[in-house]
Amino acid sequence: MSVQTGSNNAPESALGRYYNYAYLDEQTKRMIRRAILKALAIPGYQVPFGSREMPVPYGWGTGGIQLTAAIIGPDDVYKCIDQGADDTTNAVSIRQFFAKVADVETTEDTGAATIIQSRHRVPEKPLKAGQVMVLQVPQPEPLRYLEPRETETRAMHAYEEYGLQYVSLYESVSRFGRIASGANHPVMVEERYLMAPSPIPKFDNPKLGYSEAIYLLGAGREKRIYAVPPYTRVRSLDFEDHPFEVQTWEESCALCGAKDAYLDEVVLDDQGAKMFVCSDSHHCAERRAAGHAGPMAGHQLDQTEKEAAQ
Amino acid sequence: MAYVAVKGGEKAIANAHKWLAEERRGDPAVAELEVAQVREQLSLAVDRVMGEGSCYDRDLAALAVKQARGDVPEAVFLIRAYRTTLPRFGASAPLDTVGMAVRRRVSAAFKDIPGGQVLGPTFDYTHRLLDFALAADGVAPPPEAAVAEEPQAYPMPTIDSVFAHEGLLETDEPSADAPEPFDLTREPMSFPAGRDQRLQALARGDEGFLLSLAYSSQRGWGNTHPLCGEIRMGEVAVEFVPEELGFPIEIGEITVTECQMLGGSRASGDKPPQYMRGYGLVFGHSERKAMSMAIVDRALRDNAAASGQVAPVQDEEFVLYHSDNVEASGFVQHLKLPHYVDFQADLQTIRRLRREYFERQALKEAAE
Repeated sequence: MSVQTGSNNAPESALGRYYNYAYLDEQTKRMIRRAILKALAIPGYQVPFGSREMPVPYGWGTGGIQLTAAIIGPDDVYKCIDQGADDTTNAVSIRQFFAKVADVETTEDTGAATIIQSRHRVPEKPLKAGQVMVLQVPQPEPLRYLEPRETETRAMHAYEEYGLQYVSLYESVSRFGRIASGANHPVMVEERYLMAPSPIPKFDNPKLGYSEAIYLLGAGREKRIYAVPPYTRVRSLDFEDHPFEVQTWEESCALCGAKDAYLDEVVLDDQGAKMFVCSDSHHCAERRAAGHAGPMAGHQLDQTEKEAAQ
Repeated sequence: MAYVAVKGGEKAIANAHKWLAEERRGDPAVAELEVAQVREQLSLAVDRVMGEGSCYDRDLAALAVKQARGDVPEAVFLIRAYRTTLPRFGASAPLDTVGMAVRRRVSAAFKDIPGGQVLGPTFDYTHRLLDFALAADGVAPPPEAAVAEEPQAYPMPTIDSVFAHEGLLETDEPSADAPEPFDLTREPMSFPAGRDQRLQALARGDEGFLLSLAYSSQRGWGNTHPLCGEIRMGEVAVEFVPEELGFPIEIGEITVTECQMLGGSRASGDKPPQYMRGYGLVFGHSERKAMSMAIVDRALRDNAAASGQVAPVQDEEFVLYHSDNVEASGFVQHLKLPHYVDFQADLQTIRRLRREYFERQALKEAAE
């Protein structure tokens, strides 16, 4: 399914005259590709790179956009999601950007995309060889909230000095009786580098390990690129007596009935009524198209999403 | 009442853009602002946008101010996102500010210095009373400024020359084989930062942030005892040495404000005590920024962070990582973007902790 690009504030021709293909100049793309290759060669290591100013603000996905701009070509099929959904405003905006500057086919279909850019989620459908998952990263340094100084944290990675991280997890266990993490749960990559998986819920952490696809992670403001190559060991930190576990819900998706997907809570009124729906909008739509129905199938939200998909 | 799920679409974005354009234009009954008017009459806003946008182009900066509806950090952002796509030819030769065609030049260190005090176009001694005549239609042209009877000293000597014979002020010796300066627009921040990297970061840094840092150091948070040795503003030539020529050619002229802040005499090892300086240089006319920059540069020169307890202004990671307003503005405001997936993860945790809390309470009550 291809999405038509909407009206833009600059006409196509004017843009083409002033900006290079995929916005960045070719030297910059080469610099980013070199950083990507280094990142793939040292899984989980944060490669500093000469991050450029992009036409969207820092925090909106400038790292992810630079990664995409460096690897995209006219034959690619591009999917962009935010919070798992294709129709969130920022995802729509970034998708339009690449439709405009890279003249590329866009899709909502996870299986059909060659590049999937995302903020905060990894799609439910297992990724396959040939796909590149680009994750937007606000803070690439997993140790930053334990140690604010970059000079210190770089040394800690160099010496593989991750005791502080384990102490922090232990403190969580002693205070809450468990590792009370939700998103951005730290992982060890190939038992060498501690890595921030970007704020994906820990539900998505297991998808990073031994994947067929390439994971590229980009932090524009912090000027770091890192990667998880295919078939790489990725271990979410835990303790023997407090093993890592992912989120589960008692509810199932109200629209498609999925029991094993990450669910968003949608508040229905101010009396406490709520419904749970798949965060991955394409996963949900695909299931509904295949005949799956949840307890609230046919709800207004179901209709809205169908309209958006058309 | 029913809530509508917060999902945005292409249509919503397109309509938001249209509404924004309407707001930018304001009341159509009022004449549209021309870019040239912004360039000529809001020239200090233009200067700030060029400085923090790191791109010297008065017309583009004026356009950015207009497009950003007068929001300076937004205009800076527009310029940055434009300049980043420009090819980089190389670094110019160091500006020769001794050869500046000075419009303003004052020193607070001495009553008079070689070259004299030149007050120039300054707000400093104006009374800040609203001039209602400016609000009236058909304003009379401003009275012509008097022309000096004698031309100014040229080249205009710097504060260095005052101290030269006594060695009271450290001197910067330009080295012919110095490497090309660090370029923050091409390389990520790295620490410890060289002075070139620091000065570039400060020159691009947010004026408000640097002003507050400089102010904090004056109030005792990392005191640097600053004294304004000299501040000058005017036009300087920009020279570039093309590889194929091997000699400098003048490629243009820019307006800059330069500040030499003297502070903290220090005896170090085998060198006699002398004043150290902080340096500030910004595009256009901005003394507030140039002076703040010079104070912060001086504070960071002590390399105090390595010795433990320091004030914010002396901590280079703190200062350099947080001075860029395009980075700061983006990251603070990105909190507007949806975060419901991570919030859901957090909700799960807190609900579970609450459930356990109430279970514990119930057990405790049962036991009592």
